[in-house]
Amino acid sequence: MSPRALNSLFLHRPGTLQASLRRIRALAQKELYHILRDFRTLAIVILMPIVQLVMFGYALNLEIQRVDLGVLDYARTPLSRQLISCFEGSRLFRVFSMDGSAEEADRLFRLRRLQAVLVIPPRFGEEVERRGFSTVQLLVDASDPNAGTLIRDYSRRVVAGLASEKTGSQPLLDFRPTILFNPDLKSAYFFVPGIIALVLVMISALLTSITVAREREMGTLEALLATPVRPHEIVVGKVLPYAALALVDAVFVLAVGVLLYRVPLRGDPLLLLLLTAIYLATGLNLGLILSTVARTQQVAMIMAMVTTLLPTLLLSGLIFPIASMPGWLQALSYLVPARYYLLIVRGILLKGSAWAHLVQPSLVLLGMSLLLLAVSARRFRTTLEV
Amino acid sequence: MTRASADRWEDGAAIQTVELTRRFGSFVAVERVSLRVRRGEVFGLLGPNGAGKTTLIRMLCGLLSPSAGSAFVAGLDVARAGEAVRRRIGYMSQRFSLYPDLTVEENLTFYGGVYGIRGKPLRTRLEEVLAELALGPFRESLARDLPLGYKQRLALGCAMLHEPPILFLDEPTSGVDPRARRSFWDLIHRKAEAGTTLLVTTHYMEEAEYCHRIAIMDSGKVIALGSPTRLKEEHGCESIQQVFLKLLRGDGGSTWQTPRSPSGESGVLGS
Repeated sequence: MSPRALNSLFLHRPGTLQASLRRIRALAQKELYHILRDFRTLAIVILMPIVQLVMFGYALNLEIQRVDLGVLDYARTPLSRQLISCFEGSRLFRVFSMDGSAEEADRLFRLRRLQAVLVIPPRFGEEVERRGFSTVQLLVDASDPNAGTLIRDYSRRVVAGLASEKTGSQPLLDFRPTILFNPDLKSAYFFVPGIIALVLVMISALLTSITVAREREMGTLEALLATPVRPHEIVVGKVLPYAALALVDAVFVLAVGVLLYRVPLRGDPLLLLLLTAIYLATGLNLGLILSTVARTQQVAMIMAMVTTLLPTLLLSGLIFPIASMPGWLQALSYLVPARYYLLIVRGILLKGSAWAHLVQPSLVLLGMSLLLLAVSARRFRTTLEV
Repeated sequence: MTRASADRWEDGAAIQTVELTRRFGSFVAVERVSLRVRRGEVFGLLGPNGAGKTTLIRMLCGLLSPSAGSAFVAGLDVARAGEAVRRRIGYMSQRFSLYPDLTVEENLTFYGGVYGIRGKPLRTRLEEVLAELALGPFRESLARDLPLGYKQRLALGCAMLHEPPILFLDEPTSGVDPRARRSFWDLIHRKAEAGTTLLVTTHYMEEAEYCHRIAIMDSGKVIALGSPTRLKEEHGCESIQQVFLKLLRGDGGSTWQTPRSPSGESGVLGS
């Protein structure tokens, strides 16, 4: 044996933290090469979250842009025309006169070409003159209940406008809804933070889920395990570069939310980024665990999608309020990291929450990601045999 | 590693197994194998697919734990001092486990880093390995673009960058053309002359002649052990291939596949 070989054997102390950090650095650097060389994956990683956010953002839009309103005016008085012009003047309604044909109105309503029909009875004008109020009928298509409710509420406001015009301070209807926090009722405020939560956990789990499976497919994992590298070093060395990449994604996605959807950022951006990093860690570590289970990259990817997409979409409160779930589903929702991240991201963006408000969900997320990290490091050596 | 254990390694065998056994369920992949490989020896492990060669090597590298028996590598018990053993060995697996999207130099540098070699010692060692394996002209090439024979060399380079005293090469010449195989064996012998112990598996029978000693395995058991010359004399055969055939089928083969020669040469066994 050459003297230098002896050196490398006896003088190099592989047990030290410094040696461990060197190995982690070598692993992280190698992983970085993989990321930068694989143009296709890199493009997907950068573009996918943005495309998803834009797509989901439009798809999950619950706002009503325009309501086609059919009008059956049997009164034909100045007052009825005034009522109609009130609807015409509102941003929401596009008014179509049915020329008194109830059959035509009925047909178009059933075809869903009209979302609402306003029926003004023949005695409308004289009744108002005589009794101070009258009745009109509004038929609303509530097959989309959310849209139905909105049309009804909005119509009341229109009618109330006419009433106060007509009778001075005495409105015909005393109905004045007051909407807080999201006065424009923009669903973007509600959904964009949710989609950010969804996209980030999906991409981070996807990123790491394929890395170990890829090494297994290439046969490099076996070679790696025949070296002094320890399981936790592989885990950390792999997570670090992807964490950086996922954080870049997070910044992109948050920027799209704020710039494109005009979601306000009322809290501290740095706090948001820090807590987002903790959330990303749960996804990355989950992906690593899946990677130790899955034998191929494809299986790993599918597992990452299934374990992140559905629970996040259904159980985190992203769409369906947790409070209205059956008890056992509510219990299950405590296991979904996005549940906690949603509190954080909605809080910081919409309410300007500070650290003091977010301690609990942040600590839960931190605990989750550490637990997942420990499990993946543990699973590593044991599952790699055979 | 302390001085005392180093002495034990100086005195003892490079590799020693005692009744080493590995079962997968009811299937016995390696059955009570006892071997002793001397320092500086080129030791060949021969046998058909499924004979247990790879399982044996994986146990010696600490990738697989034995069901029974024990293994000592570089004087250390693999079961107890797995990490210390892994520092002292180089392992080249059947599949030339390289990172295809990394260049030759990056592959080598990565393995250097994994063994804690960096800076000037790494650069020096890198040049040595590139020169020794004639990989210099390819240093900037991606591993995936290398001809198979050079992939094989690079895989060896990655396994020996940290100058391990013991190298495990699992089917290193599989699928490589005869000329590249020949020069690869020259490399193996140069390593052995420099004091490295090599345990090499192969299913090319004529390669047995390149080994100092060989063990022939079948169905998890060692059925013959000795130098190629001695084995040929013992069985009155002219080539190792004949020894094989005699040992394994008496006169009509069963477990062995029909010899196949993808590159038009004789003496290829199994695949």
